[in-house]
Amino acid sequence: MTAHRVSRRLFLSTGGALVVGFAISPAVAQPQKPEQNGDAQADTAQQLPGSLQKAPYLDSWIAIDAKNGITVFTGKAELGQGIKTTLIQCAAEQLNVDFAAIKLVTADTERTPNEGYTAGSHSMQDSGTAILNAAAQVRGILIDLAAARFNMAADQLKAQGGKVTAPDGQSVSYGELVTGQDLHRMAQPTSPLKDPKDFSVMGKPVPRIDIPGKLTGGAMYVQDMRMNGMLHARVVRPPSYGAQLLNVDTAAVQKMPGVVNVVRDGSFLAVVANGEFQAIDAMNALSAAAEWHETAQLPEQRDIHQHLESLPSQDQTIDDRGDPNEQGVRVLKARYSRPYLSHGSIGPSCAVALYHGGKLTVWTHTQGVYPLRNTIANLVHLPQGAVRCIHVEGAGCYGQNGADDVAADVAVIARAMPGKPIRLQWMREQEHGWEPYGPAQSASVSAALDDNGKIVAWNYEVWSNTHSTRPEGLPGVLIAARYLEHPFQPPPPKPIPMPEGGGDRNAIPLYTIANSRVVYHFIPEMPIRVSALRSLGAPMNIFAIESFMDELANAANADPVEFRLKHLDDPRARDVVAKAAQEFGWKKDAKLPRGLGHGFAFARYKNLAAYCAIAMEVSVEHETGAVKIGRVVAAVDSGQAVNPDGIRNQVEGAIVQSASWALYESVTFDRKTVTSRDWSSYPMVRFSLVPESIDVHIIDRPGEKFLGTGECGQAPTQAAVANGIARATGVRLRDMPLTPAKIKQAIGV
Amino acid sequence: MISLNVNGRQHQVDVDPRTPLLYVLRNVLKLNAAKFGCGLGQCGACTVLVGTSPIFSCLTPVSVVAGRPVRTVEGLGTADSPGPVQKAFIEEQSAQCGYCIPGMIMRTQALLERNPSPTETQIRAALEPNLCRCGTHMRILRAARRAAKSMTAGAQQQRRPT
Amino acid sequence: MIWRVLAGFMLVLILAFVGFYAWSIRPEIPALAETPAPSSFSPDQIKRGAQLASLGDCTTCHTTRNGRPYAGGLPVPTPFGTLYASNITPDRETGIGAWPEDAFRRALREGVGRKGTHYYPAFPYDHFTFGSDDDIAAIYAFLMTREPVRQLNRTPDLIFPLDSRLFAAGWQLLFLHKGPYEADASKDPDWNRGAYLADSVGHCGACHTPRNFLGAEERGDRFGGGTGENWTGPALNQSSPAPVPWTADQLYAYLRHGFADQHGTAAGPMQPVVSNMQKLPDEDVRALAAYFASLEGPQEAAARERQAKDAVEFAQQREVKVAGGPATNATIGSGGNSDDANSDGAAIFAGACATCHHDGRALPASRPTPIGLSSVVNEPTPTNFVQIVLNGIHPQPGMRGPLMPGFAGALTNQQIAAVASYVRGQFSKQPAWQNVDKAVSSATRQQASAESAQ
Repeated sequence: MTAHRVSRRLFLSTGGALVVGFAISPAVAQPQKPEQNGDAQADTAQQLPGSLQKAPYLDSWIAIDAKNGITVFTGKAELGQGIKTTLIQCAAEQLNVDFAAIKLVTADTERTPNEGYTAGSHSMQDSGTAILNAAAQVRGILIDLAAARFNMAADQLKAQGGKVTAPDGQSVSYGELVTGQDLHRMAQPTSPLKDPKDFSVMGKPVPRIDIPGKLTGGAMYVQDMRMNGMLHARVVRPPSYGAQLLNVDTAAVQKMPGVVNVVRDGSFLAVVANGEFQAIDAMNALSAAAEWHETAQLPEQRDIHQHLESLPSQDQTIDDRGDPNEQGVRVLKARYSRPYLSHGSIGPSCAVALYHGGKLTVWTHTQGVYPLRNTIANLVHLPQGAVRCIHVEGAGCYGQNGADDVAADVAVIARAMPGKPIRLQWMREQEHGWEPYGPAQSASVSAALDDNGKIVAWNYEVWSNTHSTRPEGLPGVLIAARYLEHPFQPPPPKPIPMPEGGGDRNAIPLYTIANSRVVYHFIPEMPIRVSALRSLGAPMNIFAIESFMDELANAANADPVEFRLKHLDDPRARDVVAKAAQEFGWKKDAKLPRGLGHGFAFARYKNLAAYCAIAMEVSVEHETGAVKIGRVVAAVDSGQAVNPDGIRNQVEGAIVQSASWALYESVTFDRKTVTSRDWSSYPMVRFSLVPESIDVHIIDRPGEKFLGTGECGQAPTQAAVANGIARATGVRLRDMPLTPAKIKQAIGV
Repeated sequence: MISLNVNGRQHQVDVDPRTPLLYVLRNVLKLNAAKFGCGLGQCGACTVLVGTSPIFSCLTPVSVVAGRPVRTVEGLGTADSPGPVQKAFIEEQSAQCGYCIPGMIMRTQALLERNPSPTETQIRAALEPNLCRCGTHMRILRAARRAAKSMTAGAQQQRRPT
Repeated sequence: MIWRVLAGFMLVLILAFVGFYAWSIRPEIPALAETPAPSSFSPDQIKRGAQLASLGDCTTCHTTRNGRPYAGGLPVPTPFGTLYASNITPDRETGIGAWPEDAFRRALREGVGRKGTHYYPAFPYDHFTFGSDDDIAAIYAFLMTREPVRQLNRTPDLIFPLDSRLFAAGWQLLFLHKGPYEADASKDPDWNRGAYLADSVGHCGACHTPRNFLGAEERGDRFGGGTGENWTGPALNQSSPAPVPWTADQLYAYLRHGFADQHGTAAGPMQPVVSNMQKLPDEDVRALAAYFASLEGPQEAAARERQAKDAVEFAQQREVKVAGGPATNATIGSGGNSDDANSDGAAIFAGACATCHHDGRALPASRPTPIGLSSVVNEPTPTNFVQIVLNGIHPQPGMRGPLMPGFAGALTNQQIAAVASYVRGQFSKQPAWQNVDKAVSSATRQQASAESAQ
């Protein structure tokens, strides 16, 4: 969004009369009534920027108290991606105040706007944009108020450092200005945004506000919460999906030291104790005493892709251009796949709840406090207004981990024990065994090259379950709901529509190809529980597309980078590709010793968000097939870069995480149940295996839209690894994880 | 009653001697840094020091450390006055969700106390027992290197005659 | 008079020495003009060589932790000092690239290098000597087709005067029984295949057979138990400490997958042995399994089954309940100064070990084999038990496998000793271990010095 120089007169005239009566109470956004706000969807013909469309009143976002304290509200949650800091940067910049002058309140169904889920790398696009614009508009209002007070023209005044100053030296603080005034007015479609050239805090690597506390023992996570009289709970999960609790003698467990209550509702079983270790002891005893009737029949893991592809599917053609049967001079085909992947949050999910005076409060690290609140209300049969969900940080979730389930679990327990704050912590085995995984996917691709080495036809099909079973009000998606005496049924899964997509996210190549057909086989039946894992279907689709691009480049005798540029028209895409190649020192026809390969890959997340290109050195030990990643260079274009260090942090992390997925990870299961229950049975990368170095180069686009960053690095990493392995060994592997055993098998003696 | 020495202070705690040290630190002594990650000694989020050795507090019954000096992140410094390792991690912005970082800090502290100038390989080997899911490894390594440098420089400073 | 006797005696000694010295001189085998091209070896031969090298586990000694494969450099500690494994890549100057096949065969059969130098028996040529001509040729083909690496060999660090190669020569004179393997006509071909593989390339006896004071294996007590790298290699014959007699199927599972039902997981030096053995074809692993199963002695099937059943029952009965079992009522004095070491050990076990080593009815998850079935707690000494407690068991990074954390630093020597005594008493029918304190303190000392050497 380019900076607008809106004339003051135009701005005021569209705003109409100012509304009187600003909040005097401490910084709480004025009576939210989010439903009201929701109804007040801007009915202007023009879209409001970002989440302002959903919550158009300025005081939903910004409050200024009489003492000049500024509070900013966001419906998004801090997941460890640094969003708290970045949003404050946006507000501080546009309000022209110090970074330290702003207090941020995050996702709380009683205090903040409803911005749905913190997911899909939307935080900056949605909330950042809203806050940026709201703050700019508030700055404009403050100047107008001061102009009226000083009886001067607005363009003579400056809003800076918490006050508005006139040329003759008069000044009035923001807090004094709005005292008695109301910011309860609708936002406008355009804002007096500052020129990026004048930025003093946006675009700067401001240190994150949450880091010092996290590194010095502050109470920063929901796991750290302590309340008076708080009790510790543990659930007992069944041994397999759908098992029914036949018998459990709770009497002996009730007598164990510290045990306060055993909660049983159908097959839902939990224990509550005074001390945490007492709760664990009791959980183990209950687990040992419980008798289950197991019915689960899981498919054979070895044939999982065949199995999934054989299930009924809803087929959608999502790209259909020209004649995809165009033959060209050479046709190549390949199939690719990836297994179920675990979020593997380092801290198993946790939630705290208190049911008191007819009101249920849940402290949770969910990604969506509003949808969760609606779902829990239905689960425990309370009106929505009687349930409050407050986001408190957990460990990184990378999508839907156990957070929503543990919140539902604790809600059931707390509802049964009014007046008692309950803290429920999942065990490692429960998180690994019961979280909804990233779905297993497979793809088949064929393409034709003409005699100029250009792709003339492209055929791509991808098979996948849904990538979201997130709670949206119906409880049946959550574990607790399914095991109650009167269980809720899960609603039928629906595909996420394009252009964002789920299993088909990034299934359409960004490359310019005249004839192309892409089909998404959406498979509703889910033999294994699945939901959103960071970047959804993108890593698999880009793994396939970008591996295949290398295979095509090989067939065309072309350099992989040149081959991509030959088919890329988007100038910003070309820029990241060129930048990554240049900073890496990519040499066409580099002569590398056996066992060393350079891998390259590129993707634009969702074909509409951030651009990312990655080049890396990959070594493969011939004798063992072991992979070591050397130098990694990434180029990222996230639009206007608010916190460059935050972008680097996210992309570095995405690369390490995604390389681990590609090389080591897969959920394992036998015919009855998931068997990967801890880090010994679900290995991931350790320090000895992380890359030698990662350098992230940011192409900053001041004034451009925020494109998000949290998920742009995942997809190209996997393909870059596979391409590096292919160049190092001469063999092409297409089924993740790319383990040493698989690689050694392929390269032979 | 079990007698504990944590961050230089004496405590008498009345818990089942089997109780893992982690729960005593968090729930009885109200220290937040050491975290529950797995309870199986596989991830290191619970790492604290006993003497100069890093241990998994999730698997160490409190009775085992009775009378031995236990150190947690809280004992290394505060947000206003962080210790050298904490300072290095803050300066390198070495965290994403941050959940694993206290464990990383304790293991780094133990390494640098034993080996003030570790090589890259030695740093990686020392941190091997600890997992990070966000992929913050590169920054953690940078922070460890930075801490080593600053601690060596600090030691040299101290040795310089005034 | 006496002087003449002495003089005569000295003369005999000198003559004997001269004769011995002359005998010990071995000719140099001329270097090849050119390193053989990889294409000069048949793919089948190379493949067979790879399989045998996999069984022989060449890489474990001939590769340093972060070094190139087969380039050597790994220190091999012996009671006589430290040796360094040599570079066996086909590098002409620093490896074996100039070695003709004859020289390679002589090295494996006779323990003599191309230039005539005698090898110390840390290189187990007393086993490789049993290899057949074809197999030795295959291993040669495999090594000659590896990546050549330039890395100079290090000279050994031995206690004077053992650093003279004459001692190696002398050792060979006394103890080397040259091969190749001679089949035992009274046994079937499968048994012989297993015996051949175990005794030749497999060199299992190097760790699992006791040695005399000069470091030679006691042929009269084959597979009676030995040592390797600070661990003990348990007896694999009738003195096997395993409570359940090993069946061929269980041995196959252990060697192929590193884990056997009713026994447990490969630990310590057996971990790389098993993981490096992956290339050996199934038939060969089964032959090895059958051979070792036969060593446990001619017990009739019914007796073995009864023994297994009893062992399983005993082990299950002795399992600690994860939430309150026989150990949890034990109290412990502050600082662990209780007089009753066993109750200390019990309490430590309940808190530190039982989370995973419990009776299996808690959280469904991968769970270790009942301790009572493990060889480790039934061995004559606590060496292996202490190693496992100190170091834990770790899969290779990025790979699936049993993961037990180490307790070095967490438990004091006294606490480890207490747990060792408790475990022995709780889970084994064997008499108590002696000198547990000494075993613990020497193991922790070894570990500490290994760490500081890193």
